[in-house]
Amino acid sequence: MRVTQGAFSFLPDFTDEQITAQIRYALDHGWSMSVEYTDDPHPRNSYWEMWGQPMFDLHPEESDVVLREVRACREAHPLEYIKLIAYDSTLGRQTTALSFLVNRPEHEPGFRADRMETHDRVVRYRLHPYALDKPSGTRYQDGNGARP
Amino acid sequence: MTTTPTTTVSPKDRWASGVAPYAEMGYYDADYEPKDTDILCAFRITPQPGVDPIEAAAAVAGESSTATWTVVWTDRLTAHEHYQAKAYDVSSVPGRDGEYLAKIAYDIDLFEEGSIANLTSSIIGNVFGFKALAALRLEDMRIPKHYVKTFQGPPHGIVMEREYLDKFGRPLLGATVKPKLGLSAKNYGRVVYEALRGGLDFTKDDENINSQPFMRWRDRYLYSMEGVTRAAATSGEVKGHYMNVTAATMEDMYERAEFAKELGSVIIMMDLTVGWTAMQSMSKWARRNGVILHLHRAGHGTYTRQKNHGVSFRVIAKWCRLLGVDHIHAGTVVGKLEGDPAMIKGYYDILRLDHVPENLETGVYFDQDWMSLPAVMPVASGGIHAGQMHQLLSYLGEDVVLQFGGGTIGHPMGIAAGATANRVAVEAMIQARNEGRDYYQEGPDILAHAARGCPELDAALEVWKDITFDFQSTDTPDYVVTPSVG
Repeated sequence: MRVTQGAFSFLPDFTDEQITAQIRYALDHGWSMSVEYTDDPHPRNSYWEMWGQPMFDLHPEESDVVLREVRACREAHPLEYIKLIAYDSTLGRQTTALSFLVNRPEHEPGFRADRMETHDRVVRYRLHPYALDKPSGTRYQDGNGARP
Repeated sequence: MTTTPTTTVSPKDRWASGVAPYAEMGYYDADYEPKDTDILCAFRITPQPGVDPIEAAAAVAGESSTATWTVVWTDRLTAHEHYQAKAYDVSSVPGRDGEYLAKIAYDIDLFEEGSIANLTSSIIGNVFGFKALAALRLEDMRIPKHYVKTFQGPPHGIVMEREYLDKFGRPLLGATVKPKLGLSAKNYGRVVYEALRGGLDFTKDDENINSQPFMRWRDRYLYSMEGVTRAAATSGEVKGHYMNVTAATMEDMYERAEFAKELGSVIIMMDLTVGWTAMQSMSKWARRNGVILHLHRAGHGTYTRQKNHGVSFRVIAKWCRLLGVDHIHAGTVVGKLEGDPAMIKGYYDILRLDHVPENLETGVYFDQDWMSLPAVMPVASGGIHAGQMHQLLSYLGEDVVLQFGGGTIGHPMGIAAGATANRVAVEAMIQARNEGRDYYQEGPDILAHAARGCPELDAALEVWKDITFDFQSTDTPDYVVTPSVG
């Protein structure tokens, strides 16, 4: 399966050039940017790991600074989900303005919908990412723990 | 302008028994300077032939505040001037013979705190059937900050909804399950599952799906949640189905809402037909229970559409932001339902901005401050499809739910394919916009390019390529003329 979180997951994965264009758009708006990664893609996993601090006060011409962090995070976590986040701190927003995936594991095992039948035909559901069957740090590696 | 100095009458004449002109009783005052705390209304008044427009405006002010048809001595037991609404500006409407725009100020003391029912009973309670008027329309209201702060507002608002759904930077996508009547619960849940797994964020009950013999509400909720959960598992995304809790009584509505919550639904919906008080009750329920609240404006066209009579939708939008909904249908510009582009921009501004400046071109007659009341997500629904994505994004922006009912379920390759077409189209358009392209002009090329890698979008563009709804709008601004967009 393909996890389709983020703004562009129904399009082919972006090239670095396409990512750069999105970074420029964000910096043009004065948004800060940050990189986050995880090996737990549950949609309710709100706190992915932060790749360093958010990058504030960058000029639109400094898109390479952001791209460098994306590449460095990919280098360190090639088998995890990585997202690039643009954050709008203006009054009334103070929230994420744009967020999209810039890396994903080669093989995405997906989710299991567990069902627990309860009273009066009510079913309680639990979404279980198959990757979580393994300990953190080994989730998207092959059976021998090796990286491709 | 037809304004004339306020008529002054001697105190003795003012209180003589019998019928006195409203203007002479204090309901018209050309020199009145509205206070910051006043509620202001802009009424479009069409007096009957021979009726003086100022007297007509004063009558509206009178009958929507303290007056009755004759002088009553019991007024003298009150500080009546304080409670009298005052028409303070009456002018003719350009290009509309016999129509006048009357601005009326109401003291804040006339209204119960935090009650839309009370506000509407005062402002539109009595005056619309007034014989001296051929027609009357409430065009806009300025809600003073002091009164705004007595309302809860949207249970969650746009920011919280996006964080809750973890979806940013693009319009949300939805579809109303079709056919709107007749499906069994199990078939219904199939449509929910297919549309959501194909790429939509939401599916929706239609306004008239409540609990009919062919499908009872409880069964619909159970099967819909199966669809929602399965789609979440195939996508890794948060998905939702608006469970319509509209019912005959408040007790029934609460029961349905509680059940939707128990099943884990992120969102419920209700119809405008349930009434102001029921909606405000559901708003408080939704805030308390962490469930997003969608409003379908069922029935609004009976009083919002005609230019000379009724209540403008921008006023309905203000009342709904105050009483508190997270979503409200507010027009599409390009779809099958009424909607002049300038007017719809006015509605969207009212729902989404924190400060809405006066702008006659969009029909906004007053500055409106919302004092950080959360914003409402407008919903565009009715005859829209993927091929219009550039127009939809340009007119409606990205904080909007685009609902493609027929445009998803009517797709030749199936429901999920229809959903995928819409999702790919919106993502491609956002990408192009962010890349700085002139996406409105290049829209068809952008979509065609995206369709090369996506047969679902290709089929959608082909089947709906010639669909437009090119009719002149009936409700248009008086200050610029804009053509309907097909």
